[in-house]
Parts: sequence; structure tokens; C-alpha cells
Amino acid sequence: MLLSIKNIHASIEGKQILKGINLDIQPGEVHAIMGPNGGGKSTLASVLAGREEYEVTEGSVEFDGKDMLELSPEDRAREGLFLAFQYPVEIPGVSTTNFIKTAVNEKRKYHGQEPIDAVSFLKMMKQKIELVEIDKSLLSRSINEGFSGGEKKRNEIFQMAMLEPKLAILDETDSGLDIDALRIVANGVNKLRTPERGIIVITHYQRLLDYLQPDFVHVLVNGRIVKSGTKELALELEEKGYDFIKDEISLTAAL
Amino acid sequence: MNAINIDYLGEKFNQLQSSNPENIISNIRKEGFNTFNKAGLPGFKNEEWKYTKISTLFNKEYHLSSERNSEIKLADVDAVRLPGFKNADELVFANGKFVPELSTIRSLENQLIVLPLEEAAKGIYKELVEAHLDKSSRFINDGIHALNTSFIYGGVFIYVNKNQVLDRPVYLYHISDARENHTLSQPRSLVFVDKSAKLQLVESYTTIGSMDSFTNEVIEIVVDTNAIVEYYKIQNDVITASQVGTTHIRQIGKSYVHAFTVSLNGGMIRNNTDIIMEAAGNEAHMYGLYLLKGRTHVDNHTLVDNTQPNCFSNEFYKGVIDDYATGVFSGKIFVRPDAQKTNAYQSNKNILLSDTATVNTKPQLEIFADDVKCSHGCTVGQLDEEALYYLRTRGIGKEHAQSMLLQAFASDIVEQIKVEALRNHVEELITERLSVN
Repeated sequence: MLLSIKNIHASIEGKQILKGINLDIQPGEVHAIMGPNGGGKSTLASVLAGREEYEVTEGSVEFDGKDMLELSPEDRAREGLFLAFQYPVEIPGVSTTNFIKTAVNEKRKYHGQEPIDAVSFLKMMKQKIELVEIDKSLLSRSINEGFSGGEKKRNEIFQMAMLEPKLAILDETDSGLDIDALRIVANGVNKLRTPERGIIVITHYQRLLDYLQPDFVHVLVNGRIVKSGTKELALELEEKGYDFIKDEISLTAAL
Repeated sequence: MNAINIDYLGEKFNQLQSSNPENIISNIRKEGFNTFNKAGLPGFKNEEWKYTKISTLFNKEYHLSSERNSEIKLADVDAVRLPGFKNADELVFANGKFVPELSTIRSLENQLIVLPLEEAAKGIYKELVEAHLDKSSRFINDGIHALNTSFIYGGVFIYVNKNQVLDRPVYLYHISDARENHTLSQPRSLVFVDKSAKLQLVESYTTIGSMDSFTNEVIEIVVDTNAIVEYYKIQNDVITASQVGTTHIRQIGKSYVHAFTVSLNGGMIRNNTDIIMEAAGNEAHMYGLYLLKGRTHVDNHTLVDNTQPNCFSNEFYKGVIDDYATGVFSGKIFVRPDAQKTNAYQSNKNILLSDTATVNTKPQLEIFADDVKCSHGCTVGQLDEEALYYLRTRGIGKEHAQSMLLQAFASDIVEQIKVEALRNHVEELITERLSVN
């Protein structure tokens, strides 16, 4: 098991957002999490990444055999977790290349490895640049500073490629992208699929899933996963909207 | 006025006057001493000195050396040379007095003239000295400035000849010898950059010994038409070293000034950086960076006085304050009635790293003309939590991430150092300060 989420409850500023999430992910699987705004999708991503504002009040998360909730955000990343942000942060004055090199080396250090040498790093950069089709000139600029929405998202996928995580969470990576940008980002993600790597895709829309073809689709409503299925569930949602699920739930509740 | 020993200063003053009789400078000294006697040291009630309680430093007896002789040796100078010195003119001040024997002038004589101030006041530069020495007293009439003026002796006159674009910077090393006594050093310099000339001037400060040093410096820089002056002040001395430093720059012809102050270590530091725009079309840029820890106190007081039309000035100061340190920024801009079409901008940004760190920031605009563009802004905050979280989710440790963000915060100021060897040096100092092991 790559990731095992058991009965996670989480709150922010005293407000309960997640109310008992259960989710298991095996290596190589792609899971899509869909659902209406305010359902808790991004909260789940933040809780997994270790954002300190969120308090986990109940439940457990095991990541590759380790108790993930015990780890700091940086240690989770070093263990192989990657979160692609919905709104990547602009950091003036820090060059993207230096930042990624630092991140790669901090991870290596954590695993008792020597820092990567300059030649290997450049080679790796070159290879990943081609893989995710990112404009090289962006990498010499400050992190995300003045980047367009699409460039920011592509930079997230590039970082994912460089950090080679065991599990990647893509938090609404499709939001704000036009058709062409979406295709490039989705192609990048597809090229990063491996038999070992798990991916969680958080999205509102079917169109990203058309490219990614997830193994499982979960619907998160009001802090709980209310329905799980295969990729056909996403199509059904696209067609009928979330209301049909909500109807189903209230029907179940009534019974 | 605490324990400042007026009798001792009076005696020293009389000695100085009698051994250096009537000339331009002795008259200026006399006026200075009168002002000092009337004003005393700036107290808590003086608005300009509200946050910088300089009189508290005078609870001890300072030794004021009135002679050029000192125990400073060449080896001491070797220990304080700044990177790039082999391609610089190096001027050494020991306890506030210019020491020609320890200095190295590499520029040619038709480019750069460096003379003891007294000598310059007698020879062919007499008129320049007469016209420009102590013009700063018209703007600053407090007792600490007057104290420097009371003891003008052993200073330096620096002259850059017309059309001479110096291709090497001039380094001023101020060395205070505090091995035997608490030492009061009062360097005084007059710099004249003639028409279409260029000068890069760098000042640094070092205290030797474990007693207290107090440097009360005044440097007056006069910039003539089409001249360019870059001025850099690097403050990285010991905690027992305090300083009041006034850099008074007058742009008497349409000219360009770029002033930079970096403060990293020291006791109580006050920097007065004044730009007086005396001609139309002047341009001036002022940058400052202060990274403070322990109990260091740094007060940057800037003044831009626009008296003529079409002048441009831009000020950008940034600070990172930790522990119990305190920062002060006070930026005054005057726009006089004739100074139409003035553009004057000012910004001060601060990051506080501890609950006990303090900053007081105060922009002051006094505008008497109606067709001007002026702006000011200041921020005081903590590190950007979103940015910190973003870096941490990439596997970068919290402290390392903080260090990266602080270095980034400082970087756009450090970039303003145009002397490459110096910029690299300051970058290293900052990296060393901000990095974690």
C-alpha cells in the first residue's frame, strides 16, 4: 500500500471540514477526487501535505509504511510526497533553478546521499524540460514571478518531474488553463506515470480526466467520500451534475 | 548631558585652537564649539533623536585624540582592507585622523588629489575649501554635528579633476584604537567632484580592542555639473562600536548620485544621509539595507531637499530585525516652492523576526510646490507564510527556507552595489549572516 487514509477528520479554526475520509492508493494508481466547491477537496490536499493551519482531530494516514501525520511538510516531501498547488506562490528574488537544486539536494541529504553534481543536475534538467515541455527561460527567473497561469502550472509539473515523488497530488491543476495549456500539462503528467508512482488528481472537470484516464474516481461531498467508482463515474457526473449524487445521498439518509 | 566631560572637551578645544591659529578652519571650529556649548548633545525631547538616545553613550569618558599619531600600524590596515583593494585608492583614518603614510593612492595626480584638509585650506584649493567646508551646518544644527565641527583637524580633502572618470574606487578605512581607552573618533572629509567627473567612494569602519569606540563622522560631498558619484557605507563593526555618521551630499550642478548604506553589526548607529538638490535636473538614488541582531540599533535618517525644478530622487531601504535589535527609518523630503516637476519616491520595508525586535519608520514629506509627484510607503511584517509553506512542501527545511526568503528580500538592494568586488563581499557577508548550518 502506498497511501492509506483512515477515518480522517480535520478542522481549521475550529470548523470541521473533513468528517471521516477513507482512501487507499496502490502504487501506479491514478485516483481522481471530484466534488462541489467547499466539499473538502483542497483541505484533503493540505492535510496530506502538512499545512499547519489544519488540525487533524481523528484518524490516521500511512504513507509508504510511515505515520505521515507525525512528519513535517519538508519530511513528507523528502519521503516522496509532492503537492502541485492550485495557486502556486510567487517568490521574488529566488531563482527557480536554485530553488529546485536546493530541493533535490535536501531530499538527497535526507536519504544520506551526496549533493548532486552540476553536470548530472544540468543533464536531469534538460531531460525533464523536454518531458514536460516547459520554456527554459522560465527557470532562470524568480519562482513563478510574473508567470502566466499556464506557466505556473507547467512549473509545478516540472518540479514534480525533477523531484520524482512516490505520490503526487495535483490540486486543481487544470483550473485556469486554456485547451492547449491543459493538453500540455496533461501530457506532462501522463509521461510521469510509472508503475511505482501514485497520483491523486483533484478536479472539477471531466476534461483533464479525458487525458489522464484515472483508475478510480471518488466524489467528495461535505467532508466525506460519498461515492467511488471507475472513470465512468466521472462521465456520469459530467452529464448529470453533482445533484444526482446529492439526491442519492438524501435518499439513502431517508432510508 | 550625563557624564560628557565638558571641561575636558573645552581644554582639548583650546589646545587645538592655540596650536592651529587663525585660518578658515579655526573660525569654523569656533562656531562649531559655540553651537555645541549652546545645544549640548541631542536629548530625548529632540524629535529627530527621539529613538536614538545618543546621550546615553556619553556616560563614560572617551579619549579624544587631537594628534595624528596613533598606534595603528600597517598590519592593522592589512587586516581591514576590502576586497578589490589592489585596484582601489586606499585612505586610512586612525582615530578619526587621515594618515597619509598608511594610505595608498594609485590614481594619477591629474585625476585625483588627496590632501590633508589643513593643507588644502592653504594652497590652490583654498577657495573650494572656503566655499564648501561645513555647509552641512546650515542643515544640521544639533550638538553632535557641532561636536565634530568643533574639532575639525586632521581631516581629508578629496578632489576629482574635471572630466576624470576614475576607473578605481576610493576606499576609506576608519580604524579606531580602543585597546587602551574608550575612544572618540571624529573624521571629517570634504570631497569635491568636478564637472563631468566620476567617483566611487566606499567607507568602512573597524574598531580594534575591547573598550568602546564612538565615531562621530561628517563627510561633505559636492557634486558639480554632469558628475557622477557613487557612495557606499559598510557598517560591520563590533557591538562596542557606536557611530553617528553624516553624509552630506550637495548636487550643485545637474548631476547623478547613487548612495548606499549597509549596516550589519555594531552598537548604536545613526546615519544621516542628506541629498541637497541645488541645481535643476538632479538625480539621486538612495539605498539602504540593515540586518540587525543582538541589541544593535540602527537609525537611518535621510533628507532630500529639492530647491530647484525637475529633480528626481528615489529611496529604497529594507531591514531585517531579529533578537532585541531596533531599526529606525526617517525619510524627509522637502520640495521648496521653486522645485516644480519634482519626482520624489520613498519606500521602506521591514521584516521582524522576533517578538522583541522593533522598528520605527516615519516618512515625512513637506511640499511647497504644486506640480510634483511624490510617494512614500512603508511596511513592517513577518516572513511570507505562504512562500515558506511552498518551499517546505518541496522538501526544503524550515530554517533553510527562511534563509532563502530573507536573502531574496535583501537581494534587490544588494544588487545596487555597482563595485563588483564590493557587491560580492557584501553578498558573502549576508549569506553568512542568514544561512543555517
